[in-house]
Amino acid sequence: MFTIDTIVHRLRHGCRTMAFPDGPRPELPDRHGGALRVDATKCADGCAACVPVCPTHAIAREPQKPVALDLGKCIFCAACIEACPTHAITQTNDFRMAGRTREDLVLGKPGLEELRLAAALGEKLRKLFGRSLRLRQVSAGGCNACEADVNVLGTIGWDLGRFGIQFVASPRHADGLLITGPVSRNMELALKKTYAAVPPPKLVIAVGACAIAGGPFVDHPQIRNGAQLILPVDLFIPGCPPHPLTILDGLLRFLGRID
Amino acid sequence: MNSPHEFYLLSNGASVPWADVPEWTVNELVDATAAELDRGGRLCAWFGVPENPGVRLVAVVAFDADNTLAVARSTPVTNSYPSLTLLHPQAHLFEREVWEQHDLTPAGHPWLKPVRAQNGDQPVQGRFFRVEGREIHEVAVGPVHAGIIEPGHFRFQCNGEEVLYLEIALGYQHRGIEEALIGGPHLVSVNQMETIAGDTTIGHATAHATILEALAGAEAPLRAQWLRALALELERLANHTGDLGALAGDVAFLPTSSACGKIRGDFLNLTALISGNRFGRGLVRPGGCRFDLETERAAQLLGMLRTALTEVEEAAGWLWDSNAVRARFEMTGAVSHEQAGEIGLVGPPARASGLLRDVRFDHPAGWHRFAQIPVAVWPGGDVLARTEVRWIEIQRSGKFLEEQLAAPPEGSIREVISPPAPNTLAVALVEGWRGEICHVALTDAAGKFRRYKIVDPSFHNWPGLALALRGQAISDFPICNKSFNLSYCGFDL
Repeated sequence: MFTIDTIVHRLRHGCRTMAFPDGPRPELPDRHGGALRVDATKCADGCAACVPVCPTHAIAREPQKPVALDLGKCIFCAACIEACPTHAITQTNDFRMAGRTREDLVLGKPGLEELRLAAALGEKLRKLFGRSLRLRQVSAGGCNACEADVNVLGTIGWDLGRFGIQFVASPRHADGLLITGPVSRNMELALKKTYAAVPPPKLVIAVGACAIAGGPFVDHPQIRNGAQLILPVDLFIPGCPPHPLTILDGLLRFLGRID
Repeated sequence: MNSPHEFYLLSNGASVPWADVPEWTVNELVDATAAELDRGGRLCAWFGVPENPGVRLVAVVAFDADNTLAVARSTPVTNSYPSLTLLHPQAHLFEREVWEQHDLTPAGHPWLKPVRAQNGDQPVQGRFFRVEGREIHEVAVGPVHAGIIEPGHFRFQCNGEEVLYLEIALGYQHRGIEEALIGGPHLVSVNQMETIAGDTTIGHATAHATILEALAGAEAPLRAQWLRALALELERLANHTGDLGALAGDVAFLPTSSACGKIRGDFLNLTALISGNRFGRGLVRPGGCRFDLETERAAQLLGMLRTALTEVEEAAGWLWDSNAVRARFEMTGAVSHEQAGEIGLVGPPARASGLLRDVRFDHPAGWHRFAQIPVAVWPGGDVLARTEVRWIEIQRSGKFLEEQLAAPPEGSIREVISPPAPNTLAVALVEGWRGEICHVALTDAAGKFRRYKIVDPSFHNWPGLALALRGQAISDFPICNKSFNLSYCGFDL
């Protein structure tokens, strides 16, 4: 009997939701690599071997200044790691990557070798959103990878709903926007209208290299280089695409649900 | 062939000197292409190459039964040429694109309007087809949709609940990918190929790598071709499983919906086991692959694969056991065999309308020359058929992976290839999970890309969704849409 079968299956499967963040986090693939670390003191004099190999212009080195790697622009291709003769750029295997400002994602200077993880919202907004956050997702030129790994947070394994975070169908019901994609010019008006329809106070979260700074499409005339050029962004989550764990960590950190 | 105009014939993943591509007047090209389509050919690509003055048109036609591709070009034309769409509707979007990109009017085209052109901060909105009458109402949906999904605009003409006509207007995701390739390949080109449609990273990256290898007169090492074939099937498994779940979700059948959402992630994690990235970013590169699948890793992958396959079989079983689900899928959103052929559907929607079309079988390149997967065909053309085709493909991809993992070829995974040959045209087809991916490249005298045409399977298939909705209740749109699951960004480029 089909109905009984279904119930039996469900009982047998039990709870499929992961223990994280109270228990252990899901295992990451060994080749994932995680966030980067840049120790500019290791750079050889005048060496800029990493600069031309970066496909998204995420690395700069001005004369007499330390190398600067912008994790917001980074698509984690690891070309710079392979090119660096002194191992100044390394992988940390740390999945945590969300930052509150663009400057927090720039690595290199002494003391700033790693990104500065996002601080929680101020007390007032935390009271409003900390236990109940409704987001409208807008894909503005996104390739459907960031979208897919945001979507996966709604599945039984991740169950974003247990944190009071939910994606809603109308901006009128939302506390903020989660934006993916570099903001194609063709989506600019729709994005602005969607933002305007969200009642204040409102938050904006940029997920993925594209939404932060244009990603692999940086400087194309058909796009804007990320959401920040159009709207005030409160949280940046790097990656191409970011692992679901990276996105979840960013959201929880932002709401002050984990330290 | 009795036609006075003989196309140049080549196989998938091959190149031809530009000078050897037959050149006819544009009227002859339209007639000859129409004649080939009449006798069973299929239009893979139809695009312009700018000359000074004028534009040349290039036709790429596939003869699936002969495992052969055919190319020809026109002499430079200006202003207009006789429309091919009047004879073969499958040329409809291609001709609109040519008109938009090169200002070349296909005279007599029945519905000439923009495809993805920009108008300031939104796409150019042409006029929409309207059904007139006091009882008719219009429903406009998008660009921003209710879920976590890409943007596009749907315009329904309805009589009550019944959809008389659906028009789909896209372009919102346009990122200028084809334009950026001119003068390339650039450093960032391969990363852009991986994000044409991010859920088809392996498919598009493999097509691009095949193009560069064909232009270099080289081939990737066998072990790399094997790895690409594995990754392509993992990509198919993840997406088809996600689609089964989404279809179940849209008819409120939650057991399969929740199970497949999780299993889809398990398949993505298999790709991540190879390349570190759940979508396979960084795996396929011109000349080979960047990551190897060592014996131990392959054994781990096989173990995880078997678990996921067992779970998806169970979840699909619940779906097929439910009369309510089957009844909801059956006779919903049907595209007939004839319509599917006329509009040139590809991939699962074509096979679900009974058409035997699969690049892996019809135009084998790379590893598929040595290892085949039976084509999954189902009659009916409805949501049920499109779901069946996906389910059969899940099983066959799983079996293929199990077989292939047992017998890996040895050797290197990457070789340095020479730069692209000058003044050469190359064509590469790959059967992505949505269907036929077609890349065509033409190099200039310096071996740089002079033109690079990308045809995502969604370019062929969006009109199929519009047809599926005719005469359907508007409330059937979600399951019809999920049963196609087309790419917005792959179409918009």
